[in-house]
Amino acid sequence: MLALTCPCCGITAEETEFHPGGEAHLKRVGPEGADDEFEAYLFARKNPKGAHIERWRHSYGCGKWFHVARDTATLRVFGAYTTQSYGPPEDIVNAIRQSYPDWTFDRNAAE
Amino acid sequence: MPTAPRSGRYSVFAIAREALRQHQGWNRAWANPQPRDRYQVVIVGAGGHGLATAYYLGKNFGITDVAVIEKGWLGGGNTGRNTTIIRSNYLQDPSAAIYDKALKLYENLSQELNYNVMFSPRGVIMLAQTEHEVRGYKRTVYANNLQGVSTEWIDPQRVKELVPIINLDGPRYPVLGGLLQARGGTARHDAVAWGYARACSDMGMHIIQNCEVTGVETEGGQVRAVNTSKGRIGCEKLAMVVAGHSSQLAEMAGFRLPIESVALQALVSEPIKPCMDVVVMANTVHGYLSQSDKGEMVIGGGTDGFNNYTQRGSWHHVEETVRALVETFPMISRLKMLRQWGGIVDMTGDRSPILSTTPVGNVFVNCGWGTGGFKAIPGSGWAMAELVANGQPGALAADFGLNRFREGRFIDESVAAGVAH
Repeated sequence: MLALTCPCCGITAEETEFHPGGEAHLKRVGPEGADDEFEAYLFARKNPKGAHIERWRHSYGCGKWFHVARDTATLRVFGAYTTQSYGPPEDIVNAIRQSYPDWTFDRNAAE
Repeated sequence: MPTAPRSGRYSVFAIAREALRQHQGWNRAWANPQPRDRYQVVIVGAGGHGLATAYYLGKNFGITDVAVIEKGWLGGGNTGRNTTIIRSNYLQDPSAAIYDKALKLYENLSQELNYNVMFSPRGVIMLAQTEHEVRGYKRTVYANNLQGVSTEWIDPQRVKELVPIINLDGPRYPVLGGLLQARGGTARHDAVAWGYARACSDMGMHIIQNCEVTGVETEGGQVRAVNTSKGRIGCEKLAMVVAGHSSQLAEMAGFRLPIESVALQALVSEPIKPCMDVVVMANTVHGYLSQSDKGEMVIGGGTDGFNNYTQRGSWHHVEETVRALVETFPMISRLKMLRQWGGIVDMTGDRSPILSTTPVGNVFVNCGWGTGGFKAIPGSGWAMAELVANGQPGALAADFGLNRFREGRFIDESVAAGVAH
Protein backbone atom coordinates (compact mmCIF):
# COMPACT_ATOMS: atom_id res chain seq x y z
CA MET A 1 0.00 0.00 0.00
CA LEU A 2 1.25 3.44 -0.93
CA ALA A 3 1.74 6.14 1.67
CA LEU A 4 1.41 9.63 0.23
CA THR A 5 1.92 13.06 1.76
CA CYS A 6 -0.53 15.70 0.59
CA PRO A 7 1.39 18.87 -0.29
CA CYS A 8 -1.71 20.96 0.36
CA CYS A 9 -2.52 20.01 3.96
CA GLY A 10 0.70 18.20 4.86
CA ILE A 11 -0.96 15.01 6.07
CA THR A 12 0.67 11.64 5.36
CA ALA A 13 -1.83 8.85 4.88
CA GLU A 14 -2.33 5.49 3.19
CA GLU A 15 -3.61 5.34 -0.37
CA THR A 16 -7.18 4.52 0.70
CA GLU A 17 -7.49 8.16 1.79
CA PHE A 18 -6.58 9.33 -1.72
CA HIS A 19 -7.97 8.81 -5.19
CA PRO A 20 -5.71 8.30 -8.22
CA GLY A 21 -6.39 10.57 -11.20
CA GLY A 22 -4.07 9.38 -13.96
CA GLU A 23 -1.28 11.07 -15.88
CA ALA A 24 -0.54 14.67 -14.87
CA HIS A 25 0.30 17.77 -16.90
CA LEU A 26 -1.78 16.84 -19.93
CA LYS A 27 -1.94 19.57 -22.51
CA ARG A 28 -5.54 20.15 -23.50
CA VAL A 29 -6.33 20.11 -27.20
CA GLY A 30 -9.24 22.18 -28.43
CA PRO A 31 -11.29 22.24 -31.62
CA GLU A 32 -8.39 23.77 -33.54
CA GLY A 33 -6.17 20.76 -32.78
CA ALA A 34 -5.10 18.31 -35.47
CA ASP A 35 -6.44 14.74 -35.43
CA ASP A 36 -3.08 13.41 -34.24
CA GLU A 37 -2.99 15.82 -31.32
CA PHE A 38 -6.55 15.10 -30.34
CA GLU A 39 -6.04 11.33 -30.44
CA ALA A 40 -2.89 11.68 -28.36
CA TYR A 41 -4.64 13.92 -25.83
CA LEU A 42 -7.53 11.51 -25.40
CA PHE A 43 -5.83 8.12 -25.49
CA ALA A 44 -2.04 8.07 -25.66
CA ARG A 45 -1.31 8.09 -21.95
CA LYS A 46 2.29 7.71 -20.87
CA ASN A 47 2.83 4.25 -19.46
CA PRO A 48 6.46 4.27 -18.30
CA LYS A 49 8.08 1.49 -16.32
CA GLY A 50 9.89 3.90 -14.04
CA ALA A 51 9.28 7.51 -13.06
CA HIS A 52 5.72 8.68 -13.67
CA ILE A 53 4.03 11.97 -12.80
CA GLU A 54 0.37 11.59 -11.93
CA ARG A 55 -2.56 13.38 -10.37
CA TRP A 56 -4.01 12.33 -7.02
CA ARG A 57 -6.83 13.77 -4.96
CA HIS A 58 -6.89 13.88 -1.18
CA SER A 59 -10.50 12.74 -1.35
CA TYR A 60 -10.97 11.77 2.32
CA GLY A 61 -8.92 14.72 3.56
CA CYS A 62 -8.61 18.28 2.37
CA GLY A 63 -10.16 17.38 -1.00
CA LYS A 64 -7.43 19.04 -3.04
CA TRP A 65 -5.85 17.67 -6.22
CA PHE A 66 -2.06 17.45 -6.27
CA HIS A 67 0.77 15.82 -8.23
CA VAL A 68 2.87 12.80 -7.28
CA ALA A 69 6.12 11.60 -8.82
CA ARG A 70 6.19 7.83 -8.40
CA ASP A 71 8.22 4.88 -9.66
CA THR A 72 5.85 2.40 -11.33
CA ALA A 73 8.52 -0.33 -11.24
CA THR A 74 9.08 -0.20 -7.47
CA LEU A 75 6.13 1.82 -6.03
CA ARG A 76 8.67 4.25 -4.53
CA VAL A 77 7.28 7.78 -4.16
CA PHE A 78 9.77 10.47 -5.20
CA GLY A 79 7.67 13.33 -3.89
CA ALA A 80 4.47 15.33 -4.20
CA TYR A 81 3.79 18.92 -5.25
CA THR A 82 0.83 21.19 -5.79
CA THR A 83 -1.03 21.66 -9.06
CA GLN A 84 0.09 25.31 -9.39
CA SER A 85 2.98 24.15 -11.54
CA TYR A 86 3.83 23.17 -15.13
CA GLY A 87 6.15 20.42 -14.00
CA PRO A 88 7.94 18.80 -11.07
CA PRO A 89 10.14 21.06 -8.89
CA GLU A 90 13.89 20.65 -8.94
CA ASP A 91 14.19 18.61 -5.74
CA ILE A 92 11.80 15.99 -7.13
CA VAL A 93 13.60 15.91 -10.50
CA ASN A 94 16.85 15.34 -8.60
CA ALA A 95 15.28 12.55 -6.56
CA ILE A 96 14.11 10.87 -9.77
CA ARG A 97 17.56 11.24 -11.37
CA GLN A 98 19.15 9.34 -8.50
CA SER A 99 17.24 6.32 -9.82
CA TYR A 100 17.04 7.30 -13.50
CA PRO A 101 20.02 9.58 -14.37
CA ASP A 102 18.75 10.33 -17.90
CA TRP A 103 15.22 11.22 -16.87
CA THR A 104 13.79 14.45 -18.24
CA PHE A 105 10.33 15.90 -17.89
CA ASP A 106 8.50 16.26 -21.21
CA ARG A 107 7.64 19.94 -20.88
CA ASN A 108 6.33 20.34 -24.41
CA ALA A 109 3.29 18.35 -23.51
CA ALA A 110 2.65 20.46 -20.44
CA GLU A 111 2.79 24.12 -21.41
CA MET B 1 0.22 -31.26 -36.47
CA PRO B 2 2.44 -34.33 -36.99
CA THR B 3 0.84 -37.60 -35.97
CA ALA B 4 3.75 -38.64 -33.76
CA PRO B 5 4.99 -35.79 -31.54
CA ARG B 6 8.60 -36.05 -30.43
CA SER B 7 7.34 -36.07 -26.86
CA GLY B 8 5.26 -39.17 -27.72
CA ARG B 9 1.53 -39.20 -28.21
CA TYR B 10 -0.34 -39.02 -24.90
CA SER B 11 -2.99 -41.73 -24.46
CA VAL B 12 -4.26 -44.26 -21.99
CA PHE B 13 -1.96 -46.81 -23.68
CA ALA B 14 1.05 -44.55 -23.15
CA ILE B 15 0.19 -44.30 -19.45
CA ALA B 16 -0.14 -48.09 -19.21
CA ARG B 17 3.15 -48.61 -21.08
CA GLU B 18 5.00 -46.15 -18.87
CA ALA B 19 3.45 -47.59 -15.73
CA LEU B 20 5.15 -50.89 -16.63
CA ARG B 21 8.57 -49.27 -17.01
CA GLN B 22 8.46 -46.90 -14.08
CA HIS B 23 7.76 -43.82 -16.19
CA GLN B 24 11.25 -43.79 -17.71
CA GLY B 25 10.02 -43.13 -21.23
CA TRP B 26 8.40 -39.70 -21.05
CA ASN B 27 10.22 -37.15 -23.17
CA ARG B 28 10.33 -33.41 -22.70
CA ALA B 29 7.13 -31.80 -23.96
CA TRP B 30 9.00 -29.11 -25.91
CA ALA B 31 12.58 -28.53 -27.03
CA ASN B 32 14.78 -25.87 -25.46
CA PRO B 33 16.84 -24.60 -28.44
CA GLN B 34 19.35 -21.79 -28.84
CA PRO B 35 18.07 -19.10 -31.18
CA ARG B 36 19.08 -19.12 -34.85
CA ASP B 37 20.13 -15.78 -36.30
CA ARG B 38 17.00 -15.45 -38.43
CA TYR B 39 13.35 -16.53 -38.56
CA GLN B 40 10.46 -15.69 -40.84
CA VAL B 41 8.29 -14.67 -37.88
CA VAL B 42 9.41 -13.70 -34.39
CA ILE B 43 6.72 -13.60 -31.72
CA VAL B 44 7.62 -11.80 -28.51
CA GLY B 45 5.86 -13.27 -25.50
CA ALA B 46 5.43 -16.99 -24.77
CA GLY B 47 2.18 -16.69 -22.89
CA GLY B 48 -1.07 -18.19 -24.07
CA HIS B 49 -1.73 -15.55 -26.73
CA GLY B 50 1.79 -15.67 -28.20
CA LEU B 51 1.93 -19.46 -28.30
CA ALA B 52 -1.58 -19.70 -29.77
CA THR B 53 -0.54 -17.20 -32.45
CA ALA B 54 2.44 -19.41 -33.30
CA TYR B 55 0.32 -22.56 -33.30
CA TYR B 56 -2.31 -21.20 -35.72
CA LEU B 57 0.41 -19.69 -37.95
CA GLY B 58 1.68 -23.23 -38.39
CA LYS B 59 -1.65 -25.01 -38.51
CA ASN B 60 -3.70 -22.59 -40.64
CA PHE B 61 -0.99 -21.00 -42.79
CA GLY B 62 1.85 -23.52 -42.88
CA ILE B 63 4.32 -20.99 -41.47
CA THR B 64 6.63 -22.90 -39.14
CA ASP B 65 9.84 -20.83 -39.39
CA VAL B 66 8.79 -19.17 -36.16
CA ALA B 67 10.48 -18.28 -32.89
CA VAL B 68 8.53 -17.44 -29.74
CA ILE B 69 10.83 -15.55 -27.39
CA GLU B 70 10.09 -14.95 -23.75
CA LYS B 71 11.96 -12.87 -21.17
CA GLY B 72 10.88 -15.08 -18.28
CA TRP B 73 9.52 -18.58 -18.44
CA LEU B 74 6.78 -20.03 -20.58
CA GLY B 75 3.33 -19.04 -19.34
CA GLY B 76 4.82 -17.23 -16.34
CA GLY B 77 3.03 -13.92 -16.88
CA ASN B 78 -0.69 -13.40 -16.86
CA THR B 79 -1.31 -16.88 -18.33
CA GLY B 80 -0.23 -18.26 -14.96
CA ARG B 81 -1.92 -15.54 -12.90
CA ASN B 82 -5.55 -15.43 -13.97
CA THR B 83 -8.68 -17.04 -12.51
CA THR B 84 -9.13 -19.34 -15.57
CA ILE B 85 -12.70 -18.26 -16.36
CA ILE B 86 -13.92 -18.81 -19.93
CA ARG B 87 -17.09 -17.19 -21.29
CA SER B 88 -18.23 -15.30 -24.37
CA ASN B 89 -21.31 -13.37 -23.19
CA TYR B 90 -20.16 -9.94 -24.36
CA LEU B 91 -22.45 -7.13 -25.43
CA GLN B 92 -20.83 -5.83 -28.61
CA ASP B 93 -20.83 -7.93 -31.79
CA PRO B 94 -17.06 -7.87 -32.51
CA SER B 95 -16.34 -8.98 -28.91
CA ALA B 96 -18.91 -11.76 -28.98
CA ALA B 97 -17.45 -12.99 -32.28
CA ILE B 98 -13.84 -13.31 -31.12
CA TYR B 99 -14.61 -14.57 -27.61
CA ASP B 100 -17.09 -17.13 -28.93
CA LYS B 101 -14.53 -18.29 -31.49
CA ALA B 102 -12.21 -18.81 -28.54
CA LEU B 103 -14.83 -20.70 -26.56
CA LYS B 104 -15.56 -23.00 -29.51
CA LEU B 105 -11.85 -23.72 -29.93
CA TYR B 106 -11.52 -24.40 -26.18
CA GLU B 107 -14.26 -27.02 -26.46
CA ASN B 108 -12.04 -29.24 -28.62
CA LEU B 109 -8.63 -28.01 -27.55
CA SER B 110 -7.61 -31.05 -25.50
CA GLN B 111 -8.27 -33.37 -28.45
CA GLU B 112 -6.67 -31.03 -30.96
CA LEU B 113 -3.47 -30.55 -28.96
CA ASN B 114 -3.41 -34.09 -27.52
CA TYR B 115 -2.89 -32.32 -24.22
CA ASN B 116 -5.46 -32.19 -21.43
CA VAL B 117 -6.28 -28.54 -20.85
CA MET B 118 -9.03 -29.67 -18.46
CA PHE B 119 -11.68 -27.49 -20.06
CA SER B 120 -14.69 -27.71 -17.78
CA PRO B 121 -17.89 -26.17 -19.22
CA ARG B 122 -19.48 -25.93 -15.80
CA GLY B 123 -21.44 -22.76 -16.54
CA VAL B 124 -20.81 -19.13 -15.65
CA ILE B 125 -23.36 -17.02 -13.77
CA MET B 126 -23.04 -13.25 -13.63
CA LEU B 127 -25.12 -12.12 -10.68
CA ALA B 128 -27.43 -9.15 -10.96
CA GLN B 129 -27.54 -7.42 -7.58
CA THR B 130 -28.96 -4.04 -8.53
CA GLU B 131 -31.82 -2.98 -10.80
CA HIS B 132 -29.28 -1.53 -13.22
CA GLU B 133 -27.54 -4.85 -13.51
CA VAL B 134 -30.87 -6.65 -14.11
CA ARG B 135 -31.55 -4.36 -17.06
CA GLY B 136 -27.96 -4.52 -18.29
CA TYR B 137 -27.76 -8.32 -18.26
CA LYS B 138 -31.19 -8.74 -19.89
CA ARG B 139 -29.91 -6.47 -22.65
CA THR B 140 -26.80 -8.65 -22.95
CA VAL B 141 -28.95 -11.80 -23.17
CA TYR B 142 -30.99 -10.28 -26.02
CA ALA B 143 -27.79 -9.19 -27.78
CA ASN B 144 -26.22 -12.63 -27.30
CA ASN B 145 -29.25 -14.36 -28.77
CA LEU B 146 -28.99 -12.16 -31.85
CA GLN B 147 -25.28 -12.96 -32.06
CA GLY B 148 -25.92 -16.69 -31.85
CA VAL B 149 -24.24 -16.92 -28.43
CA SER B 150 -26.51 -18.92 -26.17
CA THR B 151 -27.07 -17.26 -22.81
CA GLU B 152 -30.15 -16.99 -20.65
CA TRP B 153 -31.60 -14.85 -17.89
CA ILE B 154 -32.34 -16.87 -14.75
CA ASP B 155 -34.38 -15.89 -11.70
CA PRO B 156 -33.08 -15.95 -8.10
CA GLN B 157 -34.56 -19.37 -7.36
CA ARG B 158 -32.70 -20.88 -10.30
CA VAL B 159 -29.50 -19.19 -9.08
CA LYS B 160 -30.06 -20.80 -5.68
CA GLU B 161 -30.56 -24.23 -7.27
CA LEU B 162 -27.31 -23.92 -9.19
CA VAL B 163 -25.39 -22.34 -6.29
CA PRO B 164 -26.72 -23.73 -3.00
CA ILE B 165 -24.09 -21.87 -0.94
CA ILE B 166 -25.34 -18.46 -2.09
CA ASN B 167 -27.23 -16.04 0.14
CA LEU B 168 -30.00 -14.45 -1.94
CA ASP B 169 -31.14 -11.92 0.67
CA GLY B 170 -28.06 -9.82 1.16
CA PRO B 171 -28.78 -6.69 3.20
CA ARG B 172 -26.98 -4.48 0.69
CA TYR B 173 -26.91 -6.51 -2.50
CA PRO B 174 -29.76 -9.04 -2.80
CA VAL B 175 -29.49 -11.47 -5.70
CA LEU B 176 -32.11 -10.37 -8.25
CA GLY B 177 -31.23 -12.92 -10.91
CA GLY B 178 -28.36 -13.76 -13.15
CA LEU B 179 -27.00 -14.12 -16.63
CA LEU B 180 -26.14 -17.78 -17.22
CA GLN B 181 -23.88 -19.00 -19.96
CA ALA B 182 -24.04 -22.76 -19.60
CA ARG B 183 -21.24 -23.33 -22.13
CA GLY B 184 -18.80 -21.20 -20.15
CA GLY B 185 -16.50 -22.57 -17.49
CA THR B 186 -12.85 -22.92 -16.63
CA ALA B 187 -9.69 -24.58 -17.94
CA ARG B 188 -6.29 -25.39 -16.50
CA HIS B 189 -4.38 -22.21 -17.37
CA ASP B 190 -0.84 -23.63 -17.38
CA ALA B 191 -1.93 -26.58 -19.50
CA VAL B 192 -3.21 -24.23 -22.19
CA ALA B 193 0.25 -22.66 -22.51
CA TRP B 194 2.02 -26.04 -22.21
CA GLY B 195 -0.25 -27.73 -24.75
CA TYR B 196 0.26 -25.01 -27.34
CA ALA B 197 4.02 -24.96 -26.63
CA ARG B 198 4.29 -28.72 -27.18
CA ALA B 199 2.34 -28.52 -30.44
CA CYS B 200 4.48 -25.58 -31.66
CA SER B 201 7.69 -27.40 -30.77
CA ASP B 202 6.46 -30.46 -32.67
CA MET B 203 5.98 -28.30 -35.75
CA GLY B 204 9.67 -27.30 -35.51
CA MET B 205 9.12 -23.86 -34.03
CA HIS B 206 11.61 -22.52 -31.50
CA ILE B 207 10.46 -21.50 -28.03
CA ILE B 208 13.26 -19.52 -26.44
CA GLN B 209 12.89 -18.71 -22.76
CA ASN B 210 14.97 -16.35 -20.61
CA CYS B 211 15.48 -14.18 -23.67
CA GLU B 212 14.60 -10.53 -23.12
CA VAL B 213 14.11 -8.13 -26.00
CA THR B 214 16.32 -5.05 -25.61
CA GLY B 215 15.65 -3.32 -28.90
CA VAL B 216 13.80 -3.44 -32.20
CA GLU B 217 15.85 -2.83 -35.34
CA THR B 218 14.08 -1.12 -38.24
CA GLU B 219 15.18 0.02 -41.69
CA GLY B 220 13.13 2.18 -44.02
CA GLY B 221 10.10 1.84 -41.77
CA GLN B 222 10.27 -1.97 -41.84
CA VAL B 223 11.31 -4.29 -39.04
CA ARG B 224 14.62 -6.08 -39.59
CA ALA B 225 15.47 -7.74 -36.29
CA VAL B 226 15.08 -7.77 -32.55
CA ASN B 227 18.05 -7.42 -30.25
CA THR B 228 17.81 -9.71 -27.26
CA SER B 229 19.78 -10.86 -24.26
CA LYS B 230 20.71 -13.89 -26.44
CA GLY B 231 21.86 -11.78 -29.37
CA ARG B 232 20.39 -10.30 -32.54
CA ILE B 233 17.55 -12.28 -34.12
CA GLY B 234 16.56 -11.30 -37.65
CA CYS B 235 12.95 -11.51 -38.76
CA GLU B 236 10.65 -10.69 -41.66
CA LYS B 237 7.70 -10.15 -39.38
CA LEU B 238 7.43 -9.31 -35.71
CA ALA B 239 4.42 -9.98 -33.49
CA MET B 240 4.28 -8.27 -30.09
CA VAL B 241 2.13 -10.25 -27.68
CA VAL B 242 3.36 -9.10 -24.28
CA ALA B 243 0.29 -7.79 -22.39
CA GLY B 244 1.42 -5.53 -19.54
CA HIS B 245 4.75 -4.63 -21.14
CA SER B 246 3.33 -3.74 -24.57
CA SER B 247 4.11 -0.04 -24.06
CA GLN B 248 7.81 -0.76 -23.45
CA LEU B 249 8.11 -2.95 -26.54
CA ALA B 250 6.22 -0.45 -28.70
CA GLU B 251 8.54 2.30 -27.49
CA MET B 252 11.53 0.23 -28.66
CA ALA B 253 9.92 0.09 -32.10
CA GLY B 254 9.20 3.81 -32.01
CA PHE B 255 5.44 4.09 -31.55
CA ARG B 256 3.00 4.57 -28.71
CA LEU B 257 -0.01 2.49 -27.69
CA PRO B 258 -3.21 3.65 -25.96
CA ILE B 259 -2.44 1.32 -23.07
CA GLU B 260 -1.97 1.76 -19.33
CA SER B 261 -0.58 -1.04 -17.19
CA VAL B 262 -2.11 -1.74 -13.80
CA ALA B 263 -2.00 -4.58 -11.27
CA LEU B 264 -4.93 -7.00 -11.02
CA GLN B 265 -5.11 -9.35 -8.06
CA ALA B 266 -6.45 -12.79 -7.31
CA LEU B 267 -6.29 -15.14 -4.34
CA VAL B 268 -7.15 -18.73 -3.44
CA SER B 269 -8.37 -20.31 -0.23
CA GLU B 270 -7.31 -23.52 1.40
CA PRO B 271 -8.82 -26.56 -0.37
CA ILE B 272 -12.25 -27.64 0.82
CA LYS B 273 -14.73 -30.31 -0.26
CA PRO B 274 -16.73 -29.68 -3.46
CA CYS B 275 -19.35 -27.03 -2.73
CA MET B 276 -19.87 -25.06 -5.95
CA ASP B 277 -19.76 -26.47 -9.46
CA VAL B 278 -20.37 -23.28 -11.42
CA VAL B 279 -18.43 -20.02 -11.78
CA VAL B 280 -20.11 -17.05 -10.11
CA MET B 281 -19.21 -13.46 -10.94
CA ALA B 282 -20.56 -10.69 -8.75
CA ASN B 283 -19.63 -7.54 -10.59
CA THR B 284 -21.37 -5.04 -8.33
CA VAL B 285 -19.24 -6.13 -5.40
CA HIS B 286 -16.08 -6.58 -7.54
CA GLY B 287 -15.50 -10.24 -6.94
CA TYR B 288 -15.78 -13.58 -8.67
CA LEU B 289 -15.56 -17.06 -7.33
CA SER B 290 -15.05 -20.61 -8.57
CA GLN B 291 -13.81 -23.84 -7.07
CA SER B 292 -10.73 -25.44 -8.57
CA ASP B 293 -10.33 -29.18 -9.06
CA LYS B 294 -8.05 -29.17 -6.02
CA GLY B 295 -10.88 -27.70 -3.96
CA GLU B 296 -9.50 -24.21 -3.51
CA MET B 297 -11.94 -21.35 -3.84
CA VAL B 298 -10.42 -19.13 -6.56
CA ILE B 299 -11.26 -15.47 -6.04
CA GLY B 300 -10.65 -12.65 -8.48
CA GLY B 301 -10.39 -9.14 -7.17
CA GLY B 302 -10.10 -5.60 -8.44
CA THR B 303 -7.47 -3.56 -10.22
CA ASP B 304 -5.49 -0.69 -8.78
CA GLY B 305 -6.40 2.75 -10.05
CA PHE B 306 -2.81 3.72 -10.77
CA ASN B 307 -0.07 2.50 -13.12
CA ASN B 308 2.02 -0.26 -11.65
CA TYR B 309 4.47 -2.92 -12.89
CA THR B 310 5.21 -4.70 -9.61
CA GLN B 311 2.92 -7.78 -10.02
CA ARG B 312 1.37 -7.15 -6.65
CA GLY B 313 -1.64 -5.03 -5.93
CA SER B 314 -2.80 -2.90 -3.05
CA TRP B 315 -3.89 -4.79 0.02
CA HIS B 316 -7.19 -3.01 0.49
CA HIS B 317 -8.55 -4.52 -2.75
CA VAL B 318 -8.25 -7.99 -1.21
CA GLU B 319 -10.14 -6.80 1.85
CA GLU B 320 -12.89 -5.16 -0.22
CA THR B 321 -13.32 -8.23 -2.44
CA VAL B 322 -13.43 -10.74 0.38
CA ARG B 323 -15.69 -8.57 2.53
CA ALA B 324 -18.21 -8.33 -0.30
CA LEU B 325 -18.05 -12.03 -1.17
CA VAL B 326 -18.60 -13.06 2.45
CA GLU B 327 -21.92 -11.24 2.31
CA THR B 328 -23.04 -13.22 -0.76
CA PHE B 329 -21.35 -16.50 0.26
CA PRO B 330 -21.49 -16.56 4.11
CA MET B 331 -19.88 -20.03 4.36
CA ILE B 332 -16.53 -18.74 3.11
CA SER B 333 -16.15 -16.50 6.17
CA ARG B 334 -14.12 -19.16 8.02
CA LEU B 335 -11.85 -20.01 5.10
CA LYS B 336 -8.15 -19.34 5.35
CA MET B 337 -6.64 -17.75 2.26
CA LEU B 338 -3.57 -19.58 0.99
CA ARG B 339 -2.04 -17.39 -1.67
CA GLN B 340 -2.48 -13.96 -3.20
CA TRP B 341 -0.80 -12.66 -6.35
CA GLY B 342 -0.99 -9.94 -8.96
CA GLY B 343 -0.52 -9.66 -12.70
CA ILE B 344 0.11 -6.60 -14.84
CA VAL B 345 -2.82 -6.06 -17.17
CA ASP B 346 -2.88 -3.79 -20.21
CA MET B 347 -5.94 -1.56 -20.15
CA THR B 348 -7.33 0.27 -23.17
CA GLY B 349 -9.82 3.14 -23.08
CA ASP B 350 -12.77 1.04 -24.27
CA ARG B 351 -11.70 -2.13 -22.39
CA SER B 352 -11.42 -4.04 -25.67
CA PRO B 353 -8.23 -5.56 -27.09
CA ILE B 354 -5.99 -4.33 -29.88
CA LEU B 355 -5.09 -6.65 -32.76
CA SER B 356 -3.52 -4.40 -35.29
CA THR B 357 -0.94 -3.42 -37.81
CA THR B 358 1.34 -0.67 -36.50
CA PRO B 359 3.18 2.39 -37.82
CA VAL B 360 6.22 0.12 -38.36
CA GLY B 361 5.99 -2.19 -41.38
CA ASN B 362 5.57 -5.89 -40.64
CA VAL B 363 5.19 -5.25 -36.91
CA PHE B 364 1.89 -6.48 -35.51
CA VAL B 365 0.53 -6.00 -32.04
CA ASN B 366 -1.85 -8.09 -29.94
CA CYS B 367 -2.51 -6.49 -26.57
CA GLY B 368 -5.07 -4.66 -24.49
CA TRP B 369 -6.89 -7.77 -23.27
CA GLY B 370 -6.90 -6.11 -19.89
CA THR B 371 -8.45 -8.12 -17.10
CA GLY B 372 -9.96 -10.85 -19.30
CA GLY B 373 -7.45 -12.29 -21.72
CA PHE B 374 -7.29 -15.93 -20.68
CA LYS B 375 -10.73 -16.79 -22.05
CA ALA B 376 -9.74 -15.36 -25.43
CA ILE B 377 -6.46 -17.22 -25.98
CA PRO B 378 -7.45 -19.58 -28.84
CA GLY B 379 -9.55 -16.97 -30.67
CA SER B 380 -6.90 -14.32 -30.18
CA GLY B 381 -4.20 -16.61 -31.54
CA TRP B 382 -6.41 -17.60 -34.49
CA ALA B 383 -7.12 -13.96 -35.43
CA MET B 384 -3.53 -12.84 -34.79
CA ALA B 385 -2.11 -15.62 -36.98
CA GLU B 386 -4.37 -14.42 -39.78
CA LEU B 387 -3.18 -10.85 -39.27
CA VAL B 388 0.51 -11.81 -39.25
CA ALA B 389 0.28 -14.22 -42.19
CA ASN B 390 -1.73 -11.94 -44.49
CA GLY B 391 -0.40 -8.61 -43.28
CA GLN B 392 -3.95 -7.41 -42.73
CA PRO B 393 -6.70 -8.41 -40.32
CA GLY B 394 -9.37 -10.95 -41.14
CA ALA B 395 -13.00 -10.67 -40.10
CA LEU B 396 -12.36 -11.51 -36.43
CA ALA B 397 -9.67 -8.85 -35.88
CA ALA B 398 -10.94 -6.18 -38.30
CA ASP B 399 -12.72 -4.05 -35.70
CA PHE B 400 -9.90 -4.24 -33.13
CA GLY B 401 -7.38 -2.07 -35.00
CA LEU B 402 -5.47 0.83 -33.45
CA ASN B 403 -7.24 3.30 -35.74
CA ARG B 404 -10.53 2.80 -33.90
CA PHE B 405 -9.40 5.28 -31.24
CA ARG B 406 -8.61 7.94 -33.80
CA GLU B 407 -11.87 7.33 -35.62
CA GLY B 408 -14.06 7.01 -32.55
CA ARG B 409 -15.24 3.46 -33.34
CA PHE B 410 -14.97 2.10 -29.83
CA ILE B 411 -15.93 -1.43 -28.92
CA ASP B 412 -17.19 -0.27 -25.60
CA GLU B 413 -17.29 -3.10 -23.09
CA SER B 414 -16.43 -0.97 -20.05
CA VAL B 415 -20.03 0.06 -19.47
CA ALA B 416 -21.45 -3.23 -20.72
CA ALA B 417 -19.73 -5.56 -18.30
CA GLY B 418 -19.23 -3.50 -15.15
CA VAL B 419 -15.98 -4.59 -13.57
CA ALA B 420 -15.08 -7.93 -15.05
CA HIS B 421 -14.08 -8.26 -18.67
